[in-house]
Amino acid sequence: MTKKLSTVAAMGCATVIALVGCSAFAGGPSGRTLAVTCNGCHGTDGHSKGAAPSLAGRPASQLDKAMKDFKSGKRPSTIMDRIAKGYTDQDIAAISKYYSSIK
Amino acid sequence: MSKLSRREFIKLAGAASSIGLVGIGSAHGKGAAHVVVLGGGFGGATAAKYIKKFDPSIQVTLIDTHKEYVTCPASNWVVGGLRPMQSIVFGYDTLASKYGIKVVYDTATQIDAEAKKVKLKGGDSIAYDRLIVSPGIDFRWDTIEGYDASVAEKIPHAWKAGPQTVTLKKQLEAMADGGTVIIAAPPNPFRCPPGPYERASLIAHYLQKNKPKSKVLILDSKPTFSKQPLFMAGWEKLYGYGTDKALIEWMPGPDGAVSAVDPKAMTVVAGEIEETFKGDVINIVPAQKAGQIALAAGLANDSGWCPVDHMTWESFLHTNIHVIGDSSIAAKGMPKSGYMANSEAKVCAAAVVDLLNGRQPGMPSWVNTCYSLVGPKYGISVADVYGVHDGKAGAVKGAGGVSPKGSNPMLEAIYAESWFNNITDDLFG
Repeated sequence: MTKKLSTVAAMGCATVIALVGCSAFAGGPSGRTLAVTCNGCHGTDGHSKGAAPSLAGRPASQLDKAMKDFKSGKRPSTIMDRIAKGYTDQDIAAISKYYSSIK
Repeated sequence: MSKLSRREFIKLAGAASSIGLVGIGSAHGKGAAHVVVLGGGFGGATAAKYIKKFDPSIQVTLIDTHKEYVTCPASNWVVGGLRPMQSIVFGYDTLASKYGIKVVYDTATQIDAEAKKVKLKGGDSIAYDRLIVSPGIDFRWDTIEGYDASVAEKIPHAWKAGPQTVTLKKQLEAMADGGTVIIAAPPNPFRCPPGPYERASLIAHYLQKNKPKSKVLILDSKPTFSKQPLFMAGWEKLYGYGTDKALIEWMPGPDGAVSAVDPKAMTVVAGEIEETFKGDVINIVPAQKAGQIALAAGLANDSGWCPVDHMTWESFLHTNIHVIGDSSIAAKGMPKSGYMANSEAKVCAAAVVDLLNGRQPGMPSWVNTCYSLVGPKYGISVADVYGVHDGKAGAVKGAGGVSPKGSNPMLEAIYAESWFNNITDDLFG
């Protein structure tokens, strides 16, 4: 990481999310890296062949809210509450952005 | 380089050297880099497909002995009569036609890590820039007296799905009512930690429907097992566990540890006092080690499993060779499961693509999600999210775990089937 990037990161993640996604700056996993681990249950590229919902092409805001609601327990689930707790809000934003960009 | 550990420095140096290598051409002399994948299961098929998804310009050759792959996940569902055998058999046609993966049906017999070549039983020798080894497990035949590959024809392990799965199912069907089915569960670490207990559950389901005077006796090497409270709650609910009419009995280790089998008498010996148990059907799941080719290539350490760098799944013993799935020594808390292998494969695929393109691999992330059926409409699960903290891979604290109290087993059974459809499509579709 160059000095310039460190400074940008230090300025606050929220301001750069819209541009590139914060986790890349913070050295965290990319949206793709995080999201492909979900494909085992939600289908390759988020196209599900079963009861688990498809994630591909959904609005990022919808996916973001669902994950945050699973994480807080606001939205009931069988397994997603346990999984959502494994991600930071920045991770969730990156995952949501990734799936929303897939057709 | 004050902040770089020696290992990190070596890794960076390794990445730098691979840039040079790609720069001067690939295993084919010039043009695209070539990745060879050994083993077309949950690890290997995923790795081959995702390398192509991440960088279609890389040539990928997938090598497996068999033209059809039978999944271990859901093979207990077949044993219990929940679905037909054909529903767990998959082929590689889509990987070839849709992703441009070259699929070779042959058996790797030797890896020359220096020359970067794989020798095949059929006589061919295939050069690689990077090799991904995902051969699953092999058995430690020497751990149970009287048990070996030929005895396993009569007393199946059914721990590599295929003909063994069919043998076990046929034996259950041929058994008279009132019989005892013995399952000998292996010591840790082994493929699919909840597997023996899901198998006991679904055999009990089959017996309840067809041979209600029979029972399953689990003779265990271990004092505890995966998802134990969830299984036991399900057994109490469905199979009278703990009562005199129980369809399942569990004898924990060390008393339950099977040390010998007599295939003629159909008996096994367990525990320090060497108690003898007679079975009408006996299913022995032996202790395990890394798949044969991984051992032959010197990729395993004294434990019988393969040590790897979890950032890339590259072997600590040979450069340019990655080991994923059951054969590898995964990070703490990562089980030898199909989903875990699928997740490891994606991290490995991304790292291999980065390294071949002269980039530093990115920060990885993994998930394991594993369903077991206690009955056809009774599912339980375990899930974990893994990341890197202080330079070490491991489960994210405060997340994951098993189905909580008050979970909905019927819904989890529906999601178990959905899991199977999606993960097999993620491998082969």
